[in-house]
Amino acid sequence: MTDQIIRRIWPIAPISLALALITLLMIVVGANPLTVYQALFDGSFGGREQSLSTLAFWVPLLLCSTGLLVTFTAGLWNIGVEGQMIAGSLGASAVALMVAKPNPSIPGWVILPLAIVVAMLSGALWAALAAILKTRGRIHEIFGGVALNNLAAIATIYLISGPWQPPEGGSLRGTVPFPTQALFPLMGTSRFSPLSLILALVALVLVALALRGTFWGLKLKAQGKNLRSAFLLGVPSEREAINAMMVCGALAGLAGAVRVLSWFDSLRQSISGGIGFLAILVVLLAGTRPLWTLLIGLFFSALLNGGTFVHSRVQLHSSLSGLIQGTLVLFVLLLGDYTRIFRRKKTVMEAISDHE
Amino acid sequence: MNDAQIIKIMASIIAQSAPLMLAVTGETITERGGVINLSLDGTMLLSAMTGFVVALQSSLMLQGMGIEGNTLPVLFGFMAAALVGMFAALLVAWGSIKLRQDQVAIGFVLTLLLANMANFLGQNYTSIPGPSVKYMPIPLLKDLPIVGPIFFNHNLAIYLTLLVVGVVWWWTYKTQPGLQLRGVGDRPESAFARGIKVNRLRYIYTAIGGALVGIGGATYSLSIKIGWSDNHILGIGWIALAIVIFGGWHPIRGAFGAILYGATKALATELQKTFPEVPVVLFNSLQWFLMLGVLLLAGSKGLQQLVDVAPKPIQRSLARSLRVAAPQALGKVFTED
Repeated sequence: MTDQIIRRIWPIAPISLALALITLLMIVVGANPLTVYQALFDGSFGGREQSLSTLAFWVPLLLCSTGLLVTFTAGLWNIGVEGQMIAGSLGASAVALMVAKPNPSIPGWVILPLAIVVAMLSGALWAALAAILKTRGRIHEIFGGVALNNLAAIATIYLISGPWQPPEGGSLRGTVPFPTQALFPLMGTSRFSPLSLILALVALVLVALALRGTFWGLKLKAQGKNLRSAFLLGVPSEREAINAMMVCGALAGLAGAVRVLSWFDSLRQSISGGIGFLAILVVLLAGTRPLWTLLIGLFFSALLNGGTFVHSRVQLHSSLSGLIQGTLVLFVLLLGDYTRIFRRKKTVMEAISDHE
Repeated sequence: MNDAQIIKIMASIIAQSAPLMLAVTGETITERGGVINLSLDGTMLLSAMTGFVVALQSSLMLQGMGIEGNTLPVLFGFMAAALVGMFAALLVAWGSIKLRQDQVAIGFVLTLLLANMANFLGQNYTSIPGPSVKYMPIPLLKDLPIVGPIFFNHNLAIYLTLLVVGVVWWWTYKTQPGLQLRGVGDRPESAFARGIKVNRLRYIYTAIGGALVGIGGATYSLSIKIGWSDNHILGIGWIALAIVIFGGWHPIRGAFGAILYGATKALATELQKTFPEVPVVLFNSLQWFLMLGVLLLAGSKGLQQLVDVAPKPIQRSLARSLRVAAPQALGKVFTED
């Protein structure tokens, strides 16, 4: 009984340890931790504007996490999610710049869905590349993903500084602003689009249901648990792996579209903002529990948003939010399971009574 | 381009690949023992930052005490960096061996975390000058034709790197403990049955490998790309991990992989000069295509075909030197009970 309770409240221990370490690091760089924590809160939920911008970070994070639920279930380490997101923003930007801009008469209800579809296709194709490199080229998806992430980032810089350069030229900041009909409908003056949140929630529910209750989900699970037996039992593992990657890529691509068509109104350098990588951390913590994906995702978005505010208020490096997120995840991953830390060799009698 | 220029470029390739060589050698040892330390990209950033900051601070402190010169501060910097690398690697090993968590997961979280930590802790030290490893040509040897200027006209860090690669090769393939190292990574059960403490050896070699990775990171900030800036050497750790695979978990081949990378970098710089109209960013993509290319080569049957067309007498030795085989128990936890 007490054992049960300890097990329940145990995760507080690694979280407190992580917070202690983070506080210490703040002191090391000469900041006042209280001021920083206050600024983090003010920047994330301190007002209507801040809360909406936290939600705006939440949407792409949710979309990427949802996609990663699929690949993690299939036993794939899709680190390429970051690049798939970038590919999605490139696709959406292409529609905005090459279709919407020269044809201002096309209405938004045509352009926006088109941009979304193209973004999802681009993300899926970028993911398929990593998947084929894995199945045909025998390159582990981690390495294929890393290379493709960097290539996607390089492609972005090339486009911004080359073909899609604004007419005044010179600046490496981004393309010209997209026409409004290509953008997501935004809430007030914020950069948050309720429509995009609805899309993300629908995607999460659909994926969670599909993984739980369909034959496809079962096949992915079998493959993730034991690739060889799944293959011997007739699950076409290559095709399933490619499919899983493409589903994730499509959702990451949608996240990329949300970034360019609502958070920004143009294609920028480092368009992903590390959200793809952050989604991997979310899923590592949440596992396949969708409710936790939502909550942890919201918390991490708040940190991400608060971090930029801390940067402007107390001039602390914006890597602070990444530092907090990473430390929390590391400590919970390592020390979160009470039984694994205090595992000792069982005596013979205990082993027998366990068996009964 | 004349001979002198070519020799100069080759010398700079050797120097530029040294830190990568150290990281590749370190990770090779770690993986030979059966542990995957995926955290290299973050570890190298943090150790580069730590190495530079410790060297800078200790040189200021020693100057305050009236001791001039950069030798000691640089040494302290390297020691601190080695500790950082060792600590990160041991975290991965401990998390997997003791706590039974996924090595890849811990390594990946560390990759992100340590990179952020480097940027965060190094924020007050960006773009400022500091101590660096002293240039130290080796007398007599440096006057040898061709070989001299390429290999013996550098600083101490570069010579020691080449030495480390050689020593690790000799240790792994020519000594009894090296045989144990390979045994622990290939067949932990058999090694255990022979009385080898598998997990203790894994901890030891993971720590040594991590220390080398850390020293590699500091070699960047103290000898090649001196100083610290945001995301100073981001991406290099992933290149190192890929080269370990391309090198077939063999220190010497790994070193060649590192040189290949250095050569690609140098080639990109030369091409940039020759074709100034091509956007600079496109040359940056070369290294990632190289990474995909070498991994494709390592995973394909191309190398086997190369052996088949080779003349009969050298086929066997060629096959042996080209064989790419991961340690069989790589990434697998071994329980000693």
